[in-house]
Amino acid sequence: MSITRSDVEKIAELARLELTVEETESFTLQLASILSHIDKLNEIDTADILPMSHCSTATDDPEYARRDDKSRPSIGQSLAVENAPDQEAGFFKVPKVIGG
Amino acid sequence: MELRDFTINSLRQRIKAREIKATDVCHASLERAEKLTDLNAFITLTPDRALKQAAEIDLAADAGRPLPPLAGAVIAIKDNMVIRGVRTTAGSKILFNYKPPYTATVVERLEAAGAVIIGKTNCDEFAMGSSNENSAYGPVKNPWDRERVPGGSSGGSAVAVSTGIALAALGSDTGGSIRQPASLTGVVGFKPTYGRVSRYGLIAFGSSLDQIGPFANSVEDAALVLSIIAGRDPIDSTSSDAPVDDYLGAAKGDVRGLRVGVPRQYYGTGLDEEVRASVESAIKKLEDLGATVVDISLPNTEYAVPVYYLIATAEASSNLARFDGVRYGFRAEEADTLKSMYSRTRDQGFGAEVKRRIMLGTYALSAGYYDAYYGKAQRVRSLIERDFRNAFEMCDVIATPTSPTPAFRLGEKTDDPLEMYLSDIYTITANLAGVPGVSLPCGFTSNGLPIGLQLIGRRFDETTLVRAASNIEQAIDLDTKPPVEGL
Repeated sequence: MSITRSDVEKIAELARLELTVEETESFTLQLASILSHIDKLNEIDTADILPMSHCSTATDDPEYARRDDKSRPSIGQSLAVENAPDQEAGFFKVPKVIGG
Repeated sequence: MELRDFTINSLRQRIKAREIKATDVCHASLERAEKLTDLNAFITLTPDRALKQAAEIDLAADAGRPLPPLAGAVIAIKDNMVIRGVRTTAGSKILFNYKPPYTATVVERLEAAGAVIIGKTNCDEFAMGSSNENSAYGPVKNPWDRERVPGGSSGGSAVAVSTGIALAALGSDTGGSIRQPASLTGVVGFKPTYGRVSRYGLIAFGSSLDQIGPFANSVEDAALVLSIIAGRDPIDSTSSDAPVDDYLGAAKGDVRGLRVGVPRQYYGTGLDEEVRASVESAIKKLEDLGATVVDISLPNTEYAVPVYYLIATAEASSNLARFDGVRYGFRAEEADTLKSMYSRTRDQGFGAEVKRRIMLGTYALSAGYYDAYYGKAQRVRSLIERDFRNAFEMCDVIATPTSPTPAFRLGEKTDDPLEMYLSDIYTITANLAGVPGVSLPCGFTSNGLPIGLQLIGRRFDETTLVRAASNIEQAIDLDTKPPVEGL
């Protein structure tokens, strides 16, 4: 599978990256090169192999990763918005959403 | 004062005996950091926090109170771990002014054990890179040769330890980001088993691969720091409640009867001849000490790089979705809709390598390609994990080079992403399988660049790694102080 310029434009849209023309150009070439290396994986038959999604080694106890569903103190509104580029009255402020 | 003349414990003893003040040690470290700014190892220094902690240690020593295990130890933290109120950038422009509202568990544990946190170290942006050239704050330079890279992504942490600015440092390792820079700068770098150390407060890159671990100038110091940060953390549900073993005590054990596996796939084409000779000679040392060397096979090794660059990028594309200019960090101006604000912020805020990986990961997860790429990679990952389980039926520890080459030149691989990815060829398998690995200095090239040996162990068997590494360290007895000018 080779990657085209229009694939790259579509992925950039999905990834919310407004790439420049030069970036689109160079990513098309670089991703094609990386993907051709990745195509090596097709050498192996994995039909009977289960996918490995993580390597957590929690104990066999299914309760291990659980905790009681109790409310706990949180960092609070003022600290939560402290790093925001734009905020007003404890809320995050963003450009208009409708039509965007 | 020369920090490299101390171990963490020997410094603590001197502070306890009131022969040395923790505040003097801290001042000396800060001065050294200032003198070595050309290496660019730090993004942010934290002198006020460090001196306050040091003063408390001195007060405790003066009052004759017992000192905690890391008392007065100057430790540096990679800038992808958060400390409340201390700027944390992850090496990215998109977090240029981020002051986290909370502190990583590892930092809390180090400080509770008496460590003096001196600052935040430079790294590849979001820990993505093998040379530290992807930092928005400039590359880190290798103290052994300033024309060369220190490795990455935790290059700043490796250099801070190598140059004696800090006694130890924390890094994070997703595909080799602790072990590879340790190898290229001549220090010890330890990637624990996945789940051994809490990731709470580590800015996520590849969540099924990321693990925090220590850098130090000796196996003993690395083991001591590991023993402090290891263990279950209720706020990281992937952290394990497996008992934390006596890592420090393990350094004293011998290697008689230890079975050392040598996987032929790690000694093929692409391996520098000087690196090969040095690593083989270190393995011979283990044999001389009573270990048995066993030829083993990890047959799916050649698929590790493609598997890694699908899984790590897929996870990264998801993890990095949170950087959108709304809640923290950089926001692009001149955007009049929400969507264009997101897209411009991310294009301007991320560097080229991060964007490349987000693109690759988004592609691997997108409709129509998910099974062929991400699904396939997860299946081959199972095979790689199985390779290790099979190998550990025949041996107790696996010995390999850490990196196929010594430190390469700045700019040498920046134009070819694939070439850069191949420098992690010996380290990424341990992350895919979730097993622990350590890199320790085992020699030098003819032009004086450090060479690292990697030891890989069974899950949660860090003690065997410490034991084997400590025996090699004593048998080789290298002088790993870099020739630092201007001090």
